[in-house]
Amino acid sequence: MDTQFAQRRRRDLIVAGCFAVIAALVPLFVKDVYVQNIMVLTLMYAALSQSWNILSGYCGQISLGHALYFGLGAYTTALLFTKFGVLPWFGMLAGGAISAVIAMALGYPCFRLRGHYFVIATIVIAEIALVLIQNWDWAGAALGIDIPVRGDSWLKFQFARSKLPYFYFALALACVAWLVTWWLEDSKWGYWWRAVKDNPDAAESLGVVVFNSKMGAAAVSAFLVAVGGSFYAQFVSYIDPESVMGFQFSLLMALPAVLGGIGTLWGPVLGAVILIPLTELTRSFIGGSGRGVDLIVYGTLIVVISLALPRGLVSVFSWRKEAAR
Amino acid sequence: MGLLYGLIAAGLALIFGLMDVVNFAHGEFLMIAMYVTFFLFAFFAIDPLLAAPLVAAALFVFGAVVYLLIVRFAMRAKANAGMVQIFSTFGLAIVMRGLAQFFFTPDYRSVTNSWVGGKTVSIAGIYLPEPQLIGAMLSIAAFVALYFFINRTDFGRALEATREDAGAVALVGIDKNRVFALGWGLGAALVGLAGAIMAIFFYIYPDVGASFALIAYVTVALGGFGSVFGAFAGGIIVGLVEATTALILPPSLKSVGIYAVYLLVVFIRPRGLFGSM
Repeated sequence: MDTQFAQRRRRDLIVAGCFAVIAALVPLFVKDVYVQNIMVLTLMYAALSQSWNILSGYCGQISLGHALYFGLGAYTTALLFTKFGVLPWFGMLAGGAISAVIAMALGYPCFRLRGHYFVIATIVIAEIALVLIQNWDWAGAALGIDIPVRGDSWLKFQFARSKLPYFYFALALACVAWLVTWWLEDSKWGYWWRAVKDNPDAAESLGVVVFNSKMGAAAVSAFLVAVGGSFYAQFVSYIDPESVMGFQFSLLMALPAVLGGIGTLWGPVLGAVILIPLTELTRSFIGGSGRGVDLIVYGTLIVVISLALPRGLVSVFSWRKEAAR
Repeated sequence: MGLLYGLIAAGLALIFGLMDVVNFAHGEFLMIAMYVTFFLFAFFAIDPLLAAPLVAAALFVFGAVVYLLIVRFAMRAKANAGMVQIFSTFGLAIVMRGLAQFFFTPDYRSVTNSWVGGKTVSIAGIYLPEPQLIGAMLSIAAFVALYFFINRTDFGRALEATREDAGAVALVGIDKNRVFALGWGLGAALVGLAGAIMAIFFYIYPDVGASFALIAYVTVALGGFGSVFGAFAGGIIVGLVEATTALILPPSLKSVGIYAVYLLVVFIRPRGLFGSM
C-alpha cells in the first residue's frame, strides 16, 4: 500500500514536470497577446486556488475571505514601490510575510469558530479590510494606485511591451504552489490537516494540536496568495480596492479548486485550466452586450458541476482508473 | 430598518434551522421580490402594500421550486456536502443575477408615487418616514404570525419534528421532501414580504441583493443559526448598530460597525446569541 502511494507521488511529480515543460514551450508557438493574457490569468488562478486549497481543502477551514491576503500582497508591493521605491521583489516577500502574520493573528480568534460561523467571519473580515482601504487616503482610497511604468526590467519586474516575462513568472508561481502542496501532502502537516478536516475532536484526542495545524495551514496559504497578489499588481499595473480585495475575488480563488476537486493535488490546476479560459471567452464573446449572459453560463456551470460531481472533475479521472483496474 | 433585516434574516434562519443549509442566493431572492413588486406596480398599478401578499405567494412558489430542482440534489451529495450546498446556491445566485441583467437590464428602477412613499409622520415631535414605519409594523406582524404558525399548526409541528429527526419523521409518514419544500417556500415568502416593502424606498437593480445578503447572513449568525427568533433579535441589533455607526462615523464606514459587532459576538459566544447547536 505504502509503495503504491510512493509510486503515485513519483508519477504525479513526473506528470507535473511534463506539464510545466509543455506550458513553458507554448508561448513559442502562440504569439497572440489576447491568448497569452488568458494563459497568464489561468496560471495565476491555478496558483491562487492551489494556495486556497491548502487551508480550505486539506485543512477543511472554508475561507471565503482570501481576497484579503490577495489585496494585502498587491497593496504592500504597490505602496512600497510607489511611496518608497522598494523593488517589487522585496515587496512581494514583505506582502507574503505580512499576510502570513495577519492570517495567524486573525486565526487566533477565528479558528475557534466552526462551520458557517467561520465562513461568515472570513467574509466579514475581508469586507472590513476592503472598506478600511477604500477610506484610507494615503493608500489612494477608493481610486486605488497607479503603478508608474519605469521601463522594462526584471529588476523592477515591469514589462510594458511583452507578456512573456509575466507568463513565466505565473508559471513558476503555479509550479511552486503545486510543489508546496505536493510536498505537504506527505508531510506530517498534511496528515494532521486531513485529520483535522475529517474529525477535529478525534484528531485532538490522538495528539494532533488542532489549533496549531490550522494556524500553519493559514500562514502558508496566506503567504502564497499574497505573492499572487503582488504579481497581479505588477501585471495589471493599476489596483483599486474593489478589484483586488472584493468579495468576488475570494470566490474566484475558491472556484477552480471546488470545480476541479477540493482537497486534491490536481483539482485546482484542472479547475483553473477549464474555468478561466471559459470565463474569459464567454466574457469577451457574449458578455460584451452587458446583458449578463456570461453570468448565466458561468453560474449554470457552477451549479451543474457542484451537483453532478461533488468530488470535483478530478473524480472523473480516478473513477476511470479504478474501473480499469 | 432593523426589523426588515430581521424579516430577511428570518427566512434564511428558517431554511437553515430546518435542514442545515445556508441559502447563499438569499439576496437574489430579495432582488426577485423587489422586481416582482416593481412590475406589479408598473403594469397593473398595484401598490406595493397590496402587492406584498402576492409577492410573498410568488416567492413561496419560487422557493419551493428551487428546493425541488437544486437543493434536494445538493443535500444528497455524499462527499463535500457543505461545499456542494454553498457553491450550488452561490451558482444559483450568479445565474439569477445574470438573468435579471438579461431581462430587466442593469438600469436602476424605483417605485414612485406609491401610497406611502416619501411621506413622513410625526410622532411626539420625531419625524419618521412612513414606508419604514409601515415596514416595521408589517415585520412585527409577520413575526407574530410566524410564531403562531410554527408553534400552533400541524405544519409548524411537522417542520420542527423534521428538524429534530428526519428519519423518525419519515417513519410516521411525513414526506420529508414536502416539508422541506414548504420550508423553503415559507423562507422565500418572508423575503418576498421584505422585498415588497423595501421596493417602496430602495432602488431596484440586479445587484441589489448582494448588499443585503451579507447583512442577512451576519444577522442570522448573530442571533445564532437555527433560531428564527434569534434572527429577529439579530435584526434589531443590526439596525441599531447601523444607525449608531452612521451617527459617529462617515457613511462609507457604516457597515463596518455591523461586521465588528458580529465578530465581537462570535468571539465571545461562538454559536451566536441564541444559537443552540
